[in-house]
Amino acid sequence: MLRRLLVATALAGFAVAIVHIAPLAAQGQAARGSAGAPAYKVPRLPDGHPDFQGFWNNTTYTPLERPKGIDREFFTKEEVVEQMKRAAAEEGEQTTPGTIADVHYDFTQFGLDRSQAPVALNLRTSLIVDPADGHLPPMTEEGKRLNAARAEARKRAGAITDAAQNQPLSVRCILMDRDGPPMLAGAYNNNYQIVQAPDTVMILVEMLHSPRIIPTNGRPALPASIRQIEGSSRGRWDGDTLVIETTNFTDMFMFAAQGASADMKLTERFTRTSDDTLMYRFTVDDPKVWTRPWSAEVPWKKSIGPIFEHACHEGNYSLTNLLRGAREDEKRAREKKPASN
Amino acid sequence: MGDWLGRASTTAVGVIAAILLTASAGAQTRAAQPASPQPRSGAYRAPRTADGKPNLSGIYQAITEAYWDIEPHSAAPGPVQELGASFATAGGLGITDGPLPYKPEALAKKKENYANRIKLDPEIKCYLPGTPRGMYMPYPFQIIQTPAYIMIVSSYARAVRTIYMTDHKEAPADSWMGWSNGHWEGETLVIDTTGFNDLSWFDRAGNFHSDQLHVVERITATDADHLSYEATIEDPQTFTRPWKIALPIYRRLEKNAQLLEFNCIPFVEDLIYGQLRKPSSN
Repeated sequence: MLRRLLVATALAGFAVAIVHIAPLAAQGQAARGSAGAPAYKVPRLPDGHPDFQGFWNNTTYTPLERPKGIDREFFTKEEVVEQMKRAAAEEGEQTTPGTIADVHYDFTQFGLDRSQAPVALNLRTSLIVDPADGHLPPMTEEGKRLNAARAEARKRAGAITDAAQNQPLSVRCILMDRDGPPMLAGAYNNNYQIVQAPDTVMILVEMLHSPRIIPTNGRPALPASIRQIEGSSRGRWDGDTLVIETTNFTDMFMFAAQGASADMKLTERFTRTSDDTLMYRFTVDDPKVWTRPWSAEVPWKKSIGPIFEHACHEGNYSLTNLLRGAREDEKRAREKKPASN
Repeated sequence: MGDWLGRASTTAVGVIAAILLTASAGAQTRAAQPASPQPRSGAYRAPRTADGKPNLSGIYQAITEAYWDIEPHSAAPGPVQELGASFATAGGLGITDGPLPYKPEALAKKKENYANRIKLDPEIKCYLPGTPRGMYMPYPFQIIQTPAYIMIVSSYARAVRTIYMTDHKEAPADSWMGWSNGHWEGETLVIDTTGFNDLSWFDRAGNFHSDQLHVVERITATDADHLSYEATIEDPQTFTRPWKIALPIYRRLEKNAQLLEFNCIPFVEDLIYGQLRKPSSN
């Protein structure tokens, strides 16, 4: 992970940080639902479609599900600014040299903590907007069985340090939450570039240099027998909104952490609501797992480029060292104990 | 294979070059649409994008044996005996303009790379292919063209190249795919790429470069379905002089042609990390 950081993240983080240290609240885009905002005139491309091109960042302080004890849909602006300040102070806390915590990289030092990223002000108390209570809907019986079976399989596979395959997909550089889809922010490096060509929209996710190529020309879906970690995406324009439908997932995808199945149908909607805000809304329709579809909304904030090559797998010393360390620990434990045990 | 070049005496170089020229001329007459190193101007005018530039958008793939070895090479058994003929080396005429002008110590390293290619070839580990290797691997790639950025995305390992058409700058950091500044010269997209690390190879035969690599590519549509691809390779740390590769690249004509995911990391984890797996016998 340190290597990943040094190769790409630090550079990108720094570049973004220097420009975006300005107070967050002042840049905020009022949450949808607060009335009275003048209609935004979206810039357009020669083909007449709205122009979403550029660099974006979806860093957020808002949790997917509404925190316990909160029964409101929105915080006040003052509350959110206070929360962000508090979080920034916590993330900015320095580790003590010589301690184990200090071995890990320091987010603030490398421009990685969220306060140094462009953050769109979000007054919502949860990213989930539907159901209205801000929580995932109840799971179906089949969903519960599926997830219990997954948990059981993980247990059978052993400790996460037993084999590379037992580690989370992110540690293996296969898929990160920024890639999704749906694309959700992680702790740092939530950088995206959108390019639009006729018939094709491409979203380049900096993490794992993941290119999402989305045809918007009515190309038929892939046959159900072809499954992909990032699914298969098809786009279309619904007025000024880009709608992307994704299916053909495998069981190996980040969103399984929330419990989704490979049969999930994901619908993402991008709408540009101001020069520096792209509203991202997604709906998960997975009747095998959830009793009803659910939706979440995250504003993306205009950022600056460039996107760096995030060669995660190529520099994944941390995974080698994690496993090697575990084997070394076992060896030492064996040497300490009497052979009879 | 390829090693024979190292044994070639100085006097033989000219002969070999002549053979190569003949061979490549032969290949061109056989190809339906030959890639001529210098496309005749006015020979073909590509359709235009909204901003009036030749439109190179599409899904393409090289058809060549050069991914085994960019130099002329005979067919040979593959490096993995168990895979028999299905992973044997296909003979190829090569895509270079002559024997690679390695410095003596670099040639020694190339031979060592070849001898240890199963251990050392970055492709086997699902590492990013580098440039130009990503352009002639046996995988499709897609060109997504906009005025400011031209993206070249390979299906292999999701390798992405961003060609900066307006915001030219010096590479801010070394990388596998390099930092590419592009411009148009009439019908030709010219891409100047630097900022490489020294980790990628040119092929499966151990041909390699240093971080001083500088690649200038010239991509020209020769008709609706073919690109002429030419690259000048310069790396004073590894080679005595610049050299060139040239090959045609073909549009994938299937109606539903599209890049499928080739996220190969899960395929190589046992290879890379298997020896660190906890022994199953407790």
